[in-house]
Amino acid sequence: MIGKDLIGIENLTRGEIETILETATRMQEVGKREIKKVPSLRGRTIINLFFEDSTRTRSSFEIAGKRLSADVVNFSPSNSSLNKAESILDTAKTLDAMDPDCVVVRHKVAGVPQRIAELLDAPVINAGDGAHEHPTQALLDMLTVFQEKGRLDGLTVAIIGDIAHSRVARSNIYGFLKMGAEVRVAGPPPMLPKDIEGLGVKAYTSLREVLDGADVIMALRIQNERFKGAFFPSIREYSATFGLDRAKLRYANDDAIVMHPGPVNRGVELSHELTDHRPSVILDQVRNGVALRMALLYLITGRRPSESS
Amino acid sequence: MKRTLIRGGRILDPSSQTDTQADLVIEDGRIAAIGHDLDAERAEVIDAKGCWVAPGFVDMHTHLREPGQEYKEDIRSGGRAAAAGGFTSIACMANTDPVNDDPAVTKFIIDQGKKNSPVRVYPIAAATIGLAGEIMTEMVALKEAGAVAFSDDGKGTEDANVMRHLLEYSKLVDAVIIVHAEDECLRAEGVVNEGLVSTKLGLPPNPSAAEEIRVARDIALARITGARLHIAHVSTKRAVDYVREAQDEGLQVTAEVSPHHLTLTDSETLGFNTSTKMAPPLRSTEDVAACRRGLIDGIIECVATDHAPHAVYEKDVEFIAAPCGILGFETAYPVVMELVRDGEITPLALMDRMSLGGCRILGVPGGSLEVGADADVVVLDPETIWKYDPANGYSKSRNSPWAGREMVGQVAYTLVRGNVVFDRQRGVLEQ
Repeated sequence: MIGKDLIGIENLTRGEIETILETATRMQEVGKREIKKVPSLRGRTIINLFFEDSTRTRSSFEIAGKRLSADVVNFSPSNSSLNKAESILDTAKTLDAMDPDCVVVRHKVAGVPQRIAELLDAPVINAGDGAHEHPTQALLDMLTVFQEKGRLDGLTVAIIGDIAHSRVARSNIYGFLKMGAEVRVAGPPPMLPKDIEGLGVKAYTSLREVLDGADVIMALRIQNERFKGAFFPSIREYSATFGLDRAKLRYANDDAIVMHPGPVNRGVELSHELTDHRPSVILDQVRNGVALRMALLYLITGRRPSESS
Repeated sequence: MKRTLIRGGRILDPSSQTDTQADLVIEDGRIAAIGHDLDAERAEVIDAKGCWVAPGFVDMHTHLREPGQEYKEDIRSGGRAAAAGGFTSIACMANTDPVNDDPAVTKFIIDQGKKNSPVRVYPIAAATIGLAGEIMTEMVALKEAGAVAFSDDGKGTEDANVMRHLLEYSKLVDAVIIVHAEDECLRAEGVVNEGLVSTKLGLPPNPSAAEEIRVARDIALARITGARLHIAHVSTKRAVDYVREAQDEGLQVTAEVSPHHLTLTDSETLGFNTSTKMAPPLRSTEDVAACRRGLIDGIIECVATDHAPHAVYEKDVEFIAAPCGILGFETAYPVVMELVRDGEITPLALMDRMSLGGCRILGVPGGSLEVGADADVVVLDPETIWKYDPANGYSKSRNSPWAGREMVGQVAYTLVRGNVVFDRQRGVLEQ
């Protein structure tokens, strides 16, 4: 994968996903050391180019880069061409001229990381673009599930909530399907995008039905402040219909785990109690995110064959 | 007396339904004769062996960007691109800066056309002041100034009562109202046809119902007003069905379709190329088939390119921020030739939709090779294979989904009033 872009899970093969997950498993050990640093990427420069605020994802990439001894620079232009400032492409080209070894891009509009990747010499990792893809989130989710279940093949994964606006949903759909899992989605009908079943999933509008037989439950964050009643009537009704608590969890398999990409709206997608206790594995996801991103940075910007010592 | 002989081509004249191998002679800017072995004496001879000879193309839907946005295009560059694409008459939409909602702007466009464009330029005036969809323009004065139709193209007139009154008032000047049929509330932020493609891309969807609702509304208004309604760039199957039903009912409803809606689907947008972004968006395979059927049946009377130049730096931005529209003139002929190669439409019918259809709707001359008609003629080589690069074209802009693609069919000569304005070897000629 050296020198390659990572724009979406859609473009990865099952073999590539397996390589990333195996490498991430080895990277987890670094996080457990007293000195959490290895010299693998010493002298490499990684730029976190975040056009959209994301303290969590940016910090995770930053810590991942630093644990590998890379120099990590955070760049968060407050504007994009959407509000008539410097164009995103000018920004990206300017940073590219500083010869980074990898640029991590987050943008609120689908397609921006891909366009930047087309222009830049440095490999680009998509850290989330609009409602398109969030490949590192899906990879860390797959890593978490693998570590809980010992396999991905044959599992039933239920993704619940705002599928239409979710890059996490899309990337996980591609990823889990490639790894041989069954994927289901559910949410209020206006939040189920047109022809979603064309991706190979089954769509449900009943929480009970989507959970029946599920091994993995992924709740998505609801951004009601953005929708103001246009996609579902109220938080109360959403929570009653699609929110998870211990009682509703009984619809799923006994050993089902509960995931959330964070941050959780407590009492909305997940009950307060479920957010903090098993079978929810939310903090494991966060922990695995660092290892997973270390693996990716290592695989993409690591030593080129010609430099082998 | 100036004399031109176009020798040995396949004459395709939709006005007389002629499809025959013959010579064509032009004298003093008019068609003088069509026949066999016509006299070449004192004539400039154009060898049309293996070529089609047809009326110059007429494009009733273009954006020439002058006045106000000359960095995208102007009447000179747009007119030259049109000549290179085989067009001899083009009608330009009113969304300039200032908007063509005042007779002074209409006259300016006509003057610039005469001075700077190798092809005929017909202004379409705004239907409402500032394209705001509120106060109607002075249609009588605009018509007198030379406007050939009225349209707020680019905007869907949201207020049905305003549209009703526009249609009623247009009867006073016997001009057609051209509508951009998209319900803006339903379209919302939509930029890609709603379906699997929009779901995969994660871009806001634009459902075909946004177009269908508006086509149905405006047909209902055409029914109660008895006015002439023209639907611009039809793109969905049901919109074609509605137009068909309206025509069966005897309403004065016409429609156009763009080369891109006849040949490209929404899957072109996978990859986020903003040169595949236009309004209405590229649709499904089923919609493309229905648009083709409508054109073949004559329900859709003409092809119109919706030539919409935008600067590279305007298009190369976030997909949702990029302006809508693509170049049309220089690719139109090879693109629509796909329908001939697929055996779906005859060359004669295609030439009708490329010229006479638009003339009928706008009431402008053209679309005819009959003796005595103005010699607006195009000579087309249907076989030549070439690669399109917008940088080698005449438009100031580059936004084409066909950039870098192999094309089959090429314009060899374009003549306006008997004068060669474009020739493949020499390019667009200064008049």
